[in-house]
Amino acid sequence: MGKEKKGVRLDHISKIYQDPKTGKDFYAVQDTTLDIEPGTFVTLLGPSGCGKTTTLRMIAGFESPDEGEIYLGQEAINALTPNKRDTAMVFQSYALLPHYNVYDNVAYGLKIRKLPKAEIRRKVTDILKLVELEGMESRMTNQLSGGQQQRVALARALVLEPGVLLFDEPLSNLDAKLRVTMRTEIRKIQQKVGITAVYVTHDQSEAMSISDKIIIMSKGKVEQVGTPQEVYYRPNSRFVADFIGEANFLDTKVEKVFDDKAQITISGQTMTVNNYIGVKEGEAASLVLRPEAVALSDQGQLPCEVILSTFMGSYQYYHARIGDVIVQITDYNPVNKKIYAVGDKASLAFDTNGVYILP
Amino acid sequence: MAKSQNARLERQKFYSDPILVSMIVVLIVFLSLFILYPLLMLLIDSIYTEGKVTLDVFRRVLSLDRFKRAFTNTLVLGFIVGIASTLIGLLFAYVEVYVKVRTKILEKLFAVVSMLPVVSPPFVLSLSMIMLFGRSGLITRTLLHIYDSNVYGLKGIAIVQTLTFFPVCYLMIKGLLKNIDPSLEEATRDMGATRWKVFTSVTLPLLIPGLGNAFLVTFIESVADFANPMMIGGSYDTLATTIYLQVTGAFDSTGAAAMSVVLLSLTVILFLIQKYYLEQKTAATLTGKASRARMLITDVSVTRPLTIFCIIIAAFVILMYIMVPFGALFTLWGRNYSLSLKWFQYMFKTSGLRAFRDSIVLSLIAAPITALLSMVIAYLVVKRKFKAKGFIEFVSMLAMAVPGTVLGIGYIRGYANGLFRTGIMQGLYGTGLILIIVFVVRSLPTGTRSGISALRQIDKSIEESAYDMGANSLKVFTSVTLPLIKDSFFSGLVTAFVRSITAISAVILLVTPQYLLITTQINEQAEKGNYGVACAYATVLIVITYGLVLIMNGLIRIFGTSRKTKISE
Ligand SMILES: Nc1ncnc2c1ncn2[C@@H]1O[C@H](COP(=O)(O)OP(=O)(O)OP(=O)(O)O)[C@@H](O)[C@H]1O
Ligand SMILES: [Mg+2]
Repeated sequence: MGKEKKGVRLDHISKIYQDPKTGKDFYAVQDTTLDIEPGTFVTLLGPSGCGKTTTLRMIAGFESPDEGEIYLGQEAINALTPNKRDTAMVFQSYALLPHYNVYDNVAYGLKIRKLPKAEIRRKVTDILKLVELEGMESRMTNQLSGGQQQRVALARALVLEPGVLLFDEPLSNLDAKLRVTMRTEIRKIQQKVGITAVYVTHDQSEAMSISDKIIIMSKGKVEQVGTPQEVYYRPNSRFVADFIGEANFLDTKVEKVFDDKAQITISGQTMTVNNYIGVKEGEAASLVLRPEAVALSDQGQLPCEVILSTFMGSYQYYHARIGDVIVQITDYNPVNKKIYAVGDKASLAFDTNGVYILP
Repeated sequence: MAKSQNARLERQKFYSDPILVSMIVVLIVFLSLFILYPLLMLLIDSIYTEGKVTLDVFRRVLSLDRFKRAFTNTLVLGFIVGIASTLIGLLFAYVEVYVKVRTKILEKLFAVVSMLPVVSPPFVLSLSMIMLFGRSGLITRTLLHIYDSNVYGLKGIAIVQTLTFFPVCYLMIKGLLKNIDPSLEEATRDMGATRWKVFTSVTLPLLIPGLGNAFLVTFIESVADFANPMMIGGSYDTLATTIYLQVTGAFDSTGAAAMSVVLLSLTVILFLIQKYYLEQKTAATLTGKASRARMLITDVSVTRPLTIFCIIIAAFVILMYIMVPFGALFTLWGRNYSLSLKWFQYMFKTSGLRAFRDSIVLSLIAAPITALLSMVIAYLVVKRKFKAKGFIEFVSMLAMAVPGTVLGIGYIRGYANGLFRTGIMQGLYGTGLILIIVFVVRSLPTGTRSGISALRQIDKSIEESAYDMGANSLKVFTSVTLPLIKDSFFSGLVTAFVRSITAISAVILLVTPQYLLITTQINEQAEKGNYGVACAYATVLIVITYGLVLIMNGLIRIFGTSRKTKISE
């Protein structure tokens, strides 16, 4: 598609709402600065109520920010109404126009732009082919399955060739299997068209699998921005580490710091691990251990006691106690390994080069 | 925290939509001019005379025996009618929802009885009451040979109003009963409670706020009713009729203004209690949807008396309506019961054609305006946020609490000498336009309410998506909102027409000889004792309105959106 892609920039954006119960004002989104590059697929990820939808609706123009400015490409768009913005949104409930058929739903925006009939027909036909809905033009929307309705919603947004495409949990009404198929499809289509996309979800595997970049939000603030690998392997806060995947935290203190490494002692064992975000000497820290990055062994670093051992098929699932902390372990390919039973003494084995501390 | 930027941006966005802005301005002007201003003038008139603020007028009016009597009468009547209508409504609803009724006929009977008062002019029952039980009544004189029967007065009005208003209670309470989860009652019954115990310990407590609601709604209707007390009240004057007589008989329109303020305060206070207290409470106690079908009562000792009672009442109501065409067809009521068309002929030879033409034309103009305005108001109230929204919603709902007579006096005081007696807009007074405006104002609240409840069913993201795809407010309204609530729009259209063509309380004060209206003709003929002609008018009127409602229901069943529209949650 021939139109220029646009980036989106949020510049110190805040949104204040009134709590309906207490009547007090609070920040639904606070001082958020983001730079979304043209043509990328960016996901806003975070727990319920953290302000994802609010952020998206500010970009679309349904809400106005209380502080800050939003740019679409080079243009400041704060004062534009949604119909004047070069954005198109795919709603969670699809929001298809129930009194129109598929064709008219997709053609709606084009008709408003007063395009010639023939051109509308061509564009609608092309886009319906792209989302694999050819031949369904004259169906009413309630004669479609959930996945098909979702495609119509997508087609209807895509056909306008907007500068940026906005999604608010578009797949949450679909069953688990369809969700996986559709997310791959959305990603494929986005790459084919090369459009900028901002996608809201609270499903981390969805975010991981389709994003160029993930923006992790918590309580109205951005916690971390990064590629899926970055946020997974190098989270910069306990919140992110905990939210993305599973994580065990072992409390400790930083004894010495060299470059981006730090020396710590846990259960009497001294070791040197990564210190990506620079916790200072003498400060409290936690060693982060992903369950799949740890194994049980007879000669590991940290002695422990097995208190749960369950066979899960592709892995053996353990709970192991170190002091009063319980560590979860997923040991893959258990077939060739020693299986520990409840009550066994063992130790945690992990690669100290692959683990890190967080404050 | 500074929310000023948000406010500024919202304002900018708001003003970048000129159609929306002008629509809101038009609405504010309309509501202010034709609802608030006339009421304000009544207040001014009653406390401001000869350049100073005084309570003299009130003092004078309040000391009038006529007024005191009317005030007590109104309250007594309101109580009796409120309680009676609520009880009968409850009984009908209970029978419909709880009792196993084996006959389809009974269901039809219920449907007809609840529809008739909606489509008939307000005083039809008074007319037939007089014809059945009056001095030359069919039942009293011809059948029972009572020659001095007197239906006029409290008992006449009370019976007629109860029969007119109980269907409203029936519909309200039916909705509530259907929302009671049957398992609540079954659980109590399981624990050994009798049917009566279940009713008094479970059903009734859940219903109390709803019953209070129904009572107040009827109370307000009764207090505001003008036509029935006028026709069958005899010497039993209510506030509404006293106000009317104060203007047309005593030519004391300041006194009438003061009385109107009293009547208005009464209805508005009741309305506010009903709307902001009881309605909330009703919603709070009955949130559950009935999860499964109810085990209906089959016990004959319960079903038989209840059904028989309902059938008697329903049959009586229907008999009253049947009397109307017969009243027009009998040669001379009370003396000669042979059939003839002479009253119809008489009607068409005199003012009949003109009255039908004027009434129909004015109502035909008013109906689409009302329907459209109420949908626009509903849209703005439900779907948009802007500063004046509270005002628009409140004033258009307030109109529901304004008795027609009060509105009529307000227009006289407010427009007879122009705006604030300056002569501006004086041209409006005495024209057909002001009648149309009265019609619109009188039906606006009902239309708005049905529009609001229709719009609340529509997921807000549907309109947002159209907006997002580039449509402006007008386009969103015409291409999405209106088509989605077209059932509500069309029924609003017909309701507005029916209400306009059957309206009397306000227009009777404002109509000039230039226009003849069916309802004022009926009133005039009935006052003169020409029941045959009055019935001829009423018959044609009911045929028109009932026919229209049937046609509309048929059309909605065929073309209705509800079949096709899937409303997402
Ligand atoms: N119109 C509103 N008025 C008041 N508070 C609001 C409003 N809209 C949202 N909020 C509040 O703002 C906060 C952020 O809401 P938002 O809808 O952006 O969350 P979210 O991240 O999309 O959550 P979810 O994953 O549940 O959709 C929540 O606490 C919410 O209750
Ligand atoms: Mg959300």
